[in-house]
Amino acid sequence: MSFWNRHKIFEKNSIILIAGILAVIAIGGLVEITPLFYLKSTIEAVDGVRPYTPLELAGRNIYLREGCYVCHSQMIRPLRDEVERYGHYSLAAESMYDHPFQWGSKRTGPDLARVGGKYSDEWHVTHLTNPRAIVPQSVMPGYPSLANTEVDLTDMVAHLRTNRAIGVPYSEDQIKNAVADMKTQLDPDSANVESFQKRYPKAAVRNFDGRAGNPTELDALVAYLQMLGTLIDFKLYDEKANLR
Amino acid sequence: MTSPSFASKSTTMGEAGLMSVFAVSAYVFFFAGAMGHDSAFTFHALLASAASLTATGVILNRYYERPAQLPPAQINGRPNYNLGPIKFASVLAMFWGIAGFSIGLLIASQLAWPALNFDLPWASFGRLRPLHTSAVIFAFGGNVLIATSFYVVQKTCRTRLAGDLAPWFVVVGYNFFILIAGTGYLFGVTQSKEYAEPEWYADLWLTIVWITYLIVFVATLLKRKEPHIFVANWFYLAFIVTIAVLHLGNNPALPVSVFGSKSYIAWGGVQDAMFQWWYGHNAVGFFLTAGFLAIMYYFIPKRAERPVYSYRLSIIHFWALIFLYIWAGPHHLHYTALPDWTQTLGMTFSIMLWMPSWGGMINGMMTLSGAWDKLRTDPVLRMLVVSVAFYGMATFEGPAMAIKVVNSLSHYTDWTVGHVHSGALGWVGFVSFGALYCLIPWLWNRQLYSLKLVNWHFWIATIGIVLYISAMWVSGILQGLMWRAYTSLGFLEYSFIESVEAMHPFYIIRAAGGALFLIGALIMAGNLWMTVNAQEADQIQDARALQVAE
Repeated sequence: MSFWNRHKIFEKNSIILIAGILAVIAIGGLVEITPLFYLKSTIEAVDGVRPYTPLELAGRNIYLREGCYVCHSQMIRPLRDEVERYGHYSLAAESMYDHPFQWGSKRTGPDLARVGGKYSDEWHVTHLTNPRAIVPQSVMPGYPSLANTEVDLTDMVAHLRTNRAIGVPYSEDQIKNAVADMKTQLDPDSANVESFQKRYPKAAVRNFDGRAGNPTELDALVAYLQMLGTLIDFKLYDEKANLR
Repeated sequence: MTSPSFASKSTTMGEAGLMSVFAVSAYVFFFAGAMGHDSAFTFHALLASAASLTATGVILNRYYERPAQLPPAQINGRPNYNLGPIKFASVLAMFWGIAGFSIGLLIASQLAWPALNFDLPWASFGRLRPLHTSAVIFAFGGNVLIATSFYVVQKTCRTRLAGDLAPWFVVVGYNFFILIAGTGYLFGVTQSKEYAEPEWYADLWLTIVWITYLIVFVATLLKRKEPHIFVANWFYLAFIVTIAVLHLGNNPALPVSVFGSKSYIAWGGVQDAMFQWWYGHNAVGFFLTAGFLAIMYYFIPKRAERPVYSYRLSIIHFWALIFLYIWAGPHHLHYTALPDWTQTLGMTFSIMLWMPSWGGMINGMMTLSGAWDKLRTDPVLRMLVVSVAFYGMATFEGPAMAIKVVNSLSHYTDWTVGHVHSGALGWVGFVSFGALYCLIPWLWNRQLYSLKLVNWHFWIATIGIVLYISAMWVSGILQGLMWRAYTSLGFLEYSFIESVEAMHPFYIIRAAGGALFLIGALIMAGNLWMTVNAQEADQIQDARALQVAE
């Protein structure tokens, strides 16, 4: 019986055909995906990476909602021009708490992996409201409604809990204080700043949109943008330490 | 009474079951709507409630209207094909196609003239871009695939589609998923995973619909009257099975509340990236390739009236394509924080993928041997064959771009967008148009209204595609080169915004190309409209003539 005749078993039996398809398509995915969950070299050990503060998380959700990822990447490749333009190449650890990841696949606008601290809060506030007021050639949409929309505080605790359920190591303390922490991060005069910064090391505390009142979506988004790429101190980072 | 038997009429299991499920879900979704945490969720829950109520009414109405016996599987020894759901899906394919192309034109124009975002959240590029991609891939492409697969599987198995209400559940349910997903994007409801943006409840609904689709398709295969399963059906089956696997693998998510739209995806960081592009690339491989190759394997031989060029090549093409495609995902993540070994595997398999892709292209092209002259006289066949040529071009460009050094230039630029569109407009678009130009006249038992208009459509759309992809090649490579350009003193030569500014003329050309493609589709819609309606007059006349004779 020739090879071609043997193929008849697939052509005459739809269940065997399905089994064949499943077997063939399973291999590639299994080989490429499963090791990423147990090979230690996949995510290098670094100091400084922490879960998002409630305000940053709310800001990140606005970033997701507005589809920023369709034009901005958050992944600096280890190429000379990218490292010089954007900063140290991105490490896997830096997005380990990102559900979903936001590496992106298109740069209609610049990479944002290390945009934190690059511009002032005021720059971001103006730029998000009317990009062409600050960069005349920009093609970015304006988001004036962010400044007028308050962040929904009611289910912040549920957001942190959901994140913990899928593996982000939020502590009970962090979850309990979620709503309070959100307000504290906007108020440098608050008595809770110290305990907040103990919960979230290196978190910036200031009024991001420069306006009084409840946290707005603009506060949250600017807080998120200003922390991007700032958690790891690359003066101390030893890239040889993770070589195997 | 024309009913052949005197059996008393009763509801089928399907009718009774579906009616009770929909009646219950109408209540459940109404209360879910009342409990909703956000307006988008409330809107979708109420929409689902209204849809469930309508579905119950429609099924009940159908029961009262129909004869006691369900349609027979055969009439006079010939299969009684079920064409209703196919007609529904092919009309919606045309509708969603035009909607998707129009949004594409709008967002292309937004990049050229940002004032078109109007600073409104729901009209901004970031929300409309997923609407565009979902409308063209899942709404237009998906309806074409469901329509053609239901047609091809019946014809090549010489049997009526399995199920009575199930095929309708698939086509209507799938389009309801599109409605939920699309309106969600406008509200900002998104998982923010490219081509997998719909949120958890839309994903759950799609899972139910898709599994029903698989069951209907396989049940039809099982009761076939032909000993062999035709090659097109292998590809349809691989498409349906693999999309189910990919959808389930990429989308597990935990909602913040069961009464809210927001969820967090179970995978994070680098693992999420790998899952996403395993899914994303194989949405291309199995939705936009395997499914449409099935169309190629049925419609080109049918239209050219020639057998498939090589049976053995089909076998190699099929197994090699589905085996190799799954590995190619990591080429979307070159030089990222994904481990190098995975990137290298992805690159290697992407290059190997060139072979089965071109094997398939050759199999489709060479089916015309002995019938090449038809390309001059039949613009529908020309459209189908040119689609295969675009497939060959895109599947050559793809492996080239998957090589790491090439990718270091092309990634993040418009080159990728151009590559996608040479595949999407040239291959998927044209093969779908060709299939619909065949299918609509067959379904309604009419002659195509005008071949001349097909010719116009073909040329206008082809010029549109050429404008689109050449503009994106130039802008993409220009962007890539500007980003890595250094001055003689060793400084980066251009700021980022200078590269944005340089794109402006190309974005205008691209929008013009998209406009031409849209105009072509509008011509097509008019042509098909006339096909379905123009001859109705003749038939009415025939009916009148018959009445007089009585």
